[in-house]
Amino acid sequence: MIYLVGLLLVVLLGIAIAVAAKLQKVMGRTQSESEIPAPNNKANGALWLVFLIAGTVAMIWSYLASRDAFLPEASSPHGRETDSQFWLDMGLLTIAFFIVNFLLFFFAWKYQYKKGYKATFYPENHKLELIWTAIPAVIMASLVFLGYRSWTKIMAEAPADSQVIEIMGKQFGWIVRYGGVQDNKLGGYNFKLINSNNEMGVDYSDEASMDDFINPSEMHVEVGKPVLLKIRARDVLHSVYIPHMRVKMDAVPGMPTKFWFIPDKSTEQMRAELNNPNFDYEIACTEVCGRGHFAMRLRLIVEDKASLDAWKQQQKPLLSTILEADPKFMSKIPEKLRAKAMNYAPYVEEADSTTASTGSVAAASASMR
Amino acid sequence: MSVVEANLGHDVHSHDEHEHHELNFWRQYIFSEDHKVIAKQYMITGIFWAVIGVAMSVIFRLQLGFPGANLSWLKPFLGGWITETGALDPNFYLALVTMHGTIMVFFVLTAGLSGTFSNFLIPLQVGARDMASGFLNMLSFWFFFVSGLLMFVSIFIETGPAAGGWVIYPPLSALPQAHMGSEMGMTLWLASMAIFIMSSLLGSLNYVTTVINLRTRGMTFTRLPLTIWAFLITAVLGIISFPVLLSAALLLIFDRHFGTSFYLSEIYINGEALPNVGGSPILFQHLFWFLGHPEVYIVLLPALGITSEIIATNSRKPIFGYRAMIASIMAIAFLAFIVWAHHMFVTGMNPFLGSIFMFLTLIIAVPSAVKAFNYITTLWRGNIVFTPAMLFSIGLVSLFVSGGLTGIILGNSALDIQLHDTYFVVAHFHIVMGAASAFGFFAGIYHWFPKMFGRMLNGTLGQIHFWLTFVGVYLVFMPMHYIGIAGFPRRYYQFTSFDFGKSFTDLNMFVSIAAIFTFFAQFVFLWNFFYSMFKGKVATQNPWNSNTLEWTTPVNVGHGNWEGEIPAVYRWPYDYSKPGSPVDFIPQNIPHSQTLESNFPHENEYIAQEKEIEAQNYNDQFASH
Repeated sequence: MIYLVGLLLVVLLGIAIAVAAKLQKVMGRTQSESEIPAPNNKANGALWLVFLIAGTVAMIWSYLASRDAFLPEASSPHGRETDSQFWLDMGLLTIAFFIVNFLLFFFAWKYQYKKGYKATFYPENHKLELIWTAIPAVIMASLVFLGYRSWTKIMAEAPADSQVIEIMGKQFGWIVRYGGVQDNKLGGYNFKLINSNNEMGVDYSDEASMDDFINPSEMHVEVGKPVLLKIRARDVLHSVYIPHMRVKMDAVPGMPTKFWFIPDKSTEQMRAELNNPNFDYEIACTEVCGRGHFAMRLRLIVEDKASLDAWKQQQKPLLSTILEADPKFMSKIPEKLRAKAMNYAPYVEEADSTTASTGSVAAASASMR
Repeated sequence: MSVVEANLGHDVHSHDEHEHHELNFWRQYIFSEDHKVIAKQYMITGIFWAVIGVAMSVIFRLQLGFPGANLSWLKPFLGGWITETGALDPNFYLALVTMHGTIMVFFVLTAGLSGTFSNFLIPLQVGARDMASGFLNMLSFWFFFVSGLLMFVSIFIETGPAAGGWVIYPPLSALPQAHMGSEMGMTLWLASMAIFIMSSLLGSLNYVTTVINLRTRGMTFTRLPLTIWAFLITAVLGIISFPVLLSAALLLIFDRHFGTSFYLSEIYINGEALPNVGGSPILFQHLFWFLGHPEVYIVLLPALGITSEIIATNSRKPIFGYRAMIASIMAIAFLAFIVWAHHMFVTGMNPFLGSIFMFLTLIIAVPSAVKAFNYITTLWRGNIVFTPAMLFSIGLVSLFVSGGLTGIILGNSALDIQLHDTYFVVAHFHIVMGAASAFGFFAGIYHWFPKMFGRMLNGTLGQIHFWLTFVGVYLVFMPMHYIGIAGFPRRYYQFTSFDFGKSFTDLNMFVSIAAIFTFFAQFVFLWNFFYSMFKGKVATQNPWNSNTLEWTTPVNVGHGNWEGEIPAVYRWPYDYSKPGSPVDFIPQNIPHSQTLESNFPHENEYIAQEKEIEAQNYNDQFASH
């Protein structure tokens, strides 16, 4: 379909050139002596009209043809609000677009040079100028008002019952952190604690950190419940972008940012609606961050509470992973928290409790030294 | 009094001497202090950079339109940047995007456009022998040249040129270990830009000084052509905003090389936690956009000024709302300084600030709308001659409107959440500032070529060039809006990593084909330009029947611009098709006493002032009485 428009325009262009060339030949004799300093004046005048008509057709047709490939209806209430505002603004602007371009091209054609005609000396008209200053001003004021209302609502403090999830950008990927299943509270962090075991620099002198778990490939959220993203970056700027939710917020090293939204359509629901069993919400990066910028993909799964809880139960607390890789880590945990940390060290697989206990003894003795 | 006489006598003497003394080749064409030569130097350099900048965009459009295509045939040009499998290196993709932006914004549309036409037209249209300081003017060009040279060299180094986007946001640009494009290429970028800013300041100071001090007799501010108004305000914008970019760049240089932490805080990279704390990457963005936004108008206003002049001339009508035009230029320039943070709605900036900047941003639409309506009313009941310059000017108004309208959406912080850094933005600014300004550049070249080279460009070729370019630009950038609405982020090497990025592969291909088509259409212009420079039809003195002063100079303008006295000015530059006048234009240097048949009643009062104007004689270094 797209090619058709392209083809159409190329054909029109070809005609235009042919007309221009022919007219030049025909008018070459008559116009060379005339006082007008441009060749092919008539042909160019006509081309404005051709452009106007062909352009209008192409605009309308290309919009209709592209519409199917736009993002589906937003999966968040604020997204639907900004979308409808976008299309309202776009409608108004399209009207202005067609009026202004119509007048411009139509006048260019209509008032093209005519021998013996004298242009109208018309240097100003204050009333007219006042009118067309006032009209855009009023329209702008109302658009600003609408935008301001949505913006303050979107940027307001997150509801108290939000699911709080931390998301950190790094070259080149996202890591999310949850408050864990025991206390469901995010612990502190410090960039100086980052290493290959502790990729997010979680601070284990904070009791709330103990049960925190992280995931570098998926974010799971409960459908219909507000989500508060606490956003940070580890190395350079990134930007959290969830196209289907109409969410975007930069991740800035040294300056945590946040964004909250309500995902009110589950992944399953979207799959059914779009009739696409492979549909997934995706999180992308929109602030250039280096070589792998184009591939910072994180899956976002919106599901009901039961599946979310089940998923959370499966996740291994980060502390367990760390202690598994580096039993000596226990020594870095403040003494008063070690007993609690011991619950996570090492990760206990139900079937294998003996190694678990010896492991924990080893870890404990290591920490004693 | 006698001292003055003596001085004047000396001037005359030196002038006479000058007439007989030929400058050597170097002083005449290379290290010239003549504003016309410097303008041509800017123009040729600008065109050179435009070819490179646009060619770069064609290469990355190949990547975007045909992901996975075998680009091995580019190996002779790009060498190692094409991998063995024939793919474009992702690092080099980012380098191309960055260089395209930098080159087009700074070298082509700032230096190329402003440098060419401010230099060429200010002395000719205000009636001056040359710029206020020919020497500084020469320095300005050569600083620009050196800056360009550094940037050019950076393209060829092993680690490639700067590659963090033309906005070079730290920490990416500050940390060589973060990105290949932040190594030597970035150092050269910063050095080049620092020198460029000096060049721009020298130029701008000269423009402002010349317009204020060297206007000829009778050339009051309300008789200045709108081109000059636009150049003047543009220069003021540059003087205020470019130093802020310089400071941003200097702080970045400190962060890169001297261990400071202006923009760096809490960073862990490549297995190492950096010691920098307390800085803010957002600070850089504020500093950058404090230039970056006015820069948009630095690029656009000269184009609008050129358009005003050309539309009036070729509609054979006075520009509608001369004073409103000046007022809108001033309003746009003022607002340009207080809207910069609309580029930063989603950086985590305080949302309240976001609301303020949204409000201020949308106000800009008002003076912009006034300008568009004024252009259209100027066409109304005109007697329009479609010279290539006129075609490009009408095209510019169309692009200015089409691209400007989507700015109303992007300036709305709530809507910007989704659209920020998507192709919607790319489409918006390419139309309103890129293509529109480029059209201003073309319009200017087509219109003033006869004055520059004493020869005419081929009109038919110019018209063909216009239609191909106009159609091409719309074909490239209109579909890009759809790609943006579909959520495609900019600066992506390819979209296949995401499911949502798989929808528009065919449209991306279409855009790329249109871009290549438009690129090749420019060779029509290049051929016409270089051929006509030597072989074109010899120009007449005033080929467009225009009113402004430059057309009172000889066909081949010599040093000092006018052979005799500089003409005095008695009227505004837009007396086209005046009722009662037998001709459809009355140049600025025709006194009202000679046009009694077409004078309005209030204009007859000006006749009394003519003697007074003629008696004035300041500012002409060559004057003899």
